[in-house]
Amino acid sequence: MASSTLIDLRKGRPGSGGGAGAPPPEDGPIVLYARRKQIYPQLVFGTFRNIKWLLLFATLGVYYVLPWLRWDRGPGAPDQAVLADFAGGRFYFFGLEIWPQEVYYITGLLILAAVGLFLVTALLGRVWCGYFCPQTVWTDLFLVVERFFEGDRNARMKLDKATWSFNKLWRKTGKHTVWLLIAFATGGAFVLYWHDARLLAETFFVGRAPMTAYVFAALLTATTYALAGTMREQVCTYMCPWPRIQSALIDRDTLMVTYRSERGDPRGAHKKGDTWEGRGDCVDCKQCVVVCPMGIDIRNGPQLECIQCGLCIDACDGVMKKIGRPTALIAYDTDENVLRRWKGFPARNFSPFRPRIVVYALVFCLTVALMAFGLTTRSDIEMSVLKDRSLPFVQLANGDVRNGYTLKVVNKQRAHRTFDVQVEGLAGAMVEIIGEGGDAGRPVVSADADGVERYRLLLTVAPGDLRGSNADISVVLSEGGKTVATTAATFLEPETGNAS
Amino acid sequence: MTGHSPEIDPHTGVETTGHEWDGIKELNNPLPRWWRFIFWASVVVAIGYWILMPAWPALPGLQGHTIGVLQQSDRADVAADTAAMRQDRSVLSARLAAVDASSILRDHDLSQLALSLGESAFGDNCATCHGAGGRGAKGFPRLADDVWLWGGTLEDIERTIRLGIRSNQTDTRTSEMPAFGRDELLPQDQINDLVQYVLQKSGQRADPAAVVRGQPLFETNCASCHGVDLHGDRSKGAPNLTDKDWIYGGDAATLRRTIYGPRNGVMPAWVERLDPATVRALAIYVHSLGGGE
Repeated sequence: MASSTLIDLRKGRPGSGGGAGAPPPEDGPIVLYARRKQIYPQLVFGTFRNIKWLLLFATLGVYYVLPWLRWDRGPGAPDQAVLADFAGGRFYFFGLEIWPQEVYYITGLLILAAVGLFLVTALLGRVWCGYFCPQTVWTDLFLVVERFFEGDRNARMKLDKATWSFNKLWRKTGKHTVWLLIAFATGGAFVLYWHDARLLAETFFVGRAPMTAYVFAALLTATTYALAGTMREQVCTYMCPWPRIQSALIDRDTLMVTYRSERGDPRGAHKKGDTWEGRGDCVDCKQCVVVCPMGIDIRNGPQLECIQCGLCIDACDGVMKKIGRPTALIAYDTDENVLRRWKGFPARNFSPFRPRIVVYALVFCLTVALMAFGLTTRSDIEMSVLKDRSLPFVQLANGDVRNGYTLKVVNKQRAHRTFDVQVEGLAGAMVEIIGEGGDAGRPVVSADADGVERYRLLLTVAPGDLRGSNADISVVLSEGGKTVATTAATFLEPETGNAS
Repeated sequence: MTGHSPEIDPHTGVETTGHEWDGIKELNNPLPRWWRFIFWASVVVAIGYWILMPAWPALPGLQGHTIGVLQQSDRADVAADTAAMRQDRSVLSARLAAVDASSILRDHDLSQLALSLGESAFGDNCATCHGAGGRGAKGFPRLADDVWLWGGTLEDIERTIRLGIRSNQTDTRTSEMPAFGRDELLPQDQINDLVQYVLQKSGQRADPAAVVRGQPLFETNCASCHGVDLHGDRSKGAPNLTDKDWIYGGDAATLRRTIYGPRNGVMPAWVERLDPATVRALAIYVHSLGGGE
């Protein structure tokens, strides 16, 4: 619907001749609108179809099963393997636990996703579009349902042309019902990633789940049903920006689904026993067209609509085997090789070692290395020392000078911990901690498992130890004699020594 | 639908509406279908909204506005949330008010709660006069140092906050320094001698002859509260006059003004406005600012 409306207002002009999609007359206004043609992709068998089935089960399996996996993190912590816990402010991924202040790991993940897509696209064209994109995977799944209820291409075309009957009604109703069920399972699984899956599943159907869960489940049910059921190839052609970006990423050395025109043309029907001399291998059977989920003819060369799923390769290979010609008339090939064959040069072997590929791969590996380094060396304790701003220092009745600080301790371990507090760079300082409770006989701070605690830190220096200028100091936390965190701070003193 | 076919404008090829003004005809370029769909959908949503949510103001016979079937009210939501928050806190708050103040300092959870409650309550109620972080201001004692007029233990601080100073409470902390000048208890030259004596005792430059005259005057008129050694008396809220800490100022002019007619500053009794748990949290926060004893 959305796609068909862009230039909708041009309808009704003489150029369109009432029948939409008709070519405009020579002198008429240019009509940019084309009515959508229903596409009835035919089922095909072959290598790439099998790869797609495998990936379909793998990706959908991961999506639906992941929220149900458990991962023991000890008492008091969620035991869901993958969970974006907004209420608790944590993101859990198996053994990883990301705090809100570590959001740069998510940024790193996004960089990886982007560079990974660049790399794969420059190398192999639109494999993301053809094999992994949710739009492709769910459309494939919805097509399975459609075939189950309405049959393959020809039966579906016939059914759509037929007048309404009981047969048509139950087939259509059945298809849409199953579509809606799958769509709901998709939206339902999505919200499981943001809440405890078991609790949410229990409360969802009795109306006690959070409102956001219902809203997003409904939203994704609607989009899954609309995008995979009714809009399909229109999403890729009109809504998705990726087909536009990819044209900047693909070059003449990229492997793409290609019709080898130098071998196939001139094409035409071929009778058994006729000679193959002086003609191409393409028998113009249009099998590559009828299996195409995008409804295009690959023999017209690279096209914006092509998601490079490889189904036309399977279709053509089947035909070639049947008529006894070599396969791979349509195959993953490079523009460069097609050109070379036209000119009579031998085709070159595909080489992944091109400058841009190497650069993408380097950036990808660098990001992975940086993230791995960050994740393995990150500290499970954070400390901040914030100096009191309202009072630079306080002079006590006996002449001592005192500075006050707010000390914040973040404990990322799943256990209660106690730390000794020391101050370096301030000779003779008396260190005092307020807010700990208890009486350790020395300044200590503690933090609950997975918790953040705030303390007041008071540093007092006798007049004899004052140096007459501000001091750069370090606050050091140690655990069992081992230093675990160090933070810089400043100790301010009166300049003349007798300010009041 | 009537049978006649619409007139087509020969120049643009677009059908006309059939309306004509002075030979000018209007082309029929209807709004796009998707636009009209969204328009009518909005109308339907708006009607649903009127029914479900508070919408129309001041219809006759209705007070204020229509309530809506859902009876949604942000005001009621906030009230419910606040009540729920109070309920959540009630256990710890009750403990905070029940146990004695000094044992709170030995309890980790209670002292953490008291410090965070106290910090926000201080900002709301106390910082206006005493400054952020207890910085103090002229006429309002600094709470971050170790100089206390009425005592710096937790119990002392809590009592000061609860009952105030020279407030309307019967048990309030109170004392009154006489207005030696305004009430003509001492002549002007004797007040000047007293000023010189206090200046000398607090380590500032003073006229030696006046200091000699001032000492007996101080012992007769002032020492009963501020002490013969000028160190003050916390039971009367009398400040120590020998240190560098002054509420209003320690220079000659300010001292003269104080002895002539003291201010006898007032602090409200917070028992009237804050619950016991908050007062206790405030006491612990003020104690933690640095000067607690």
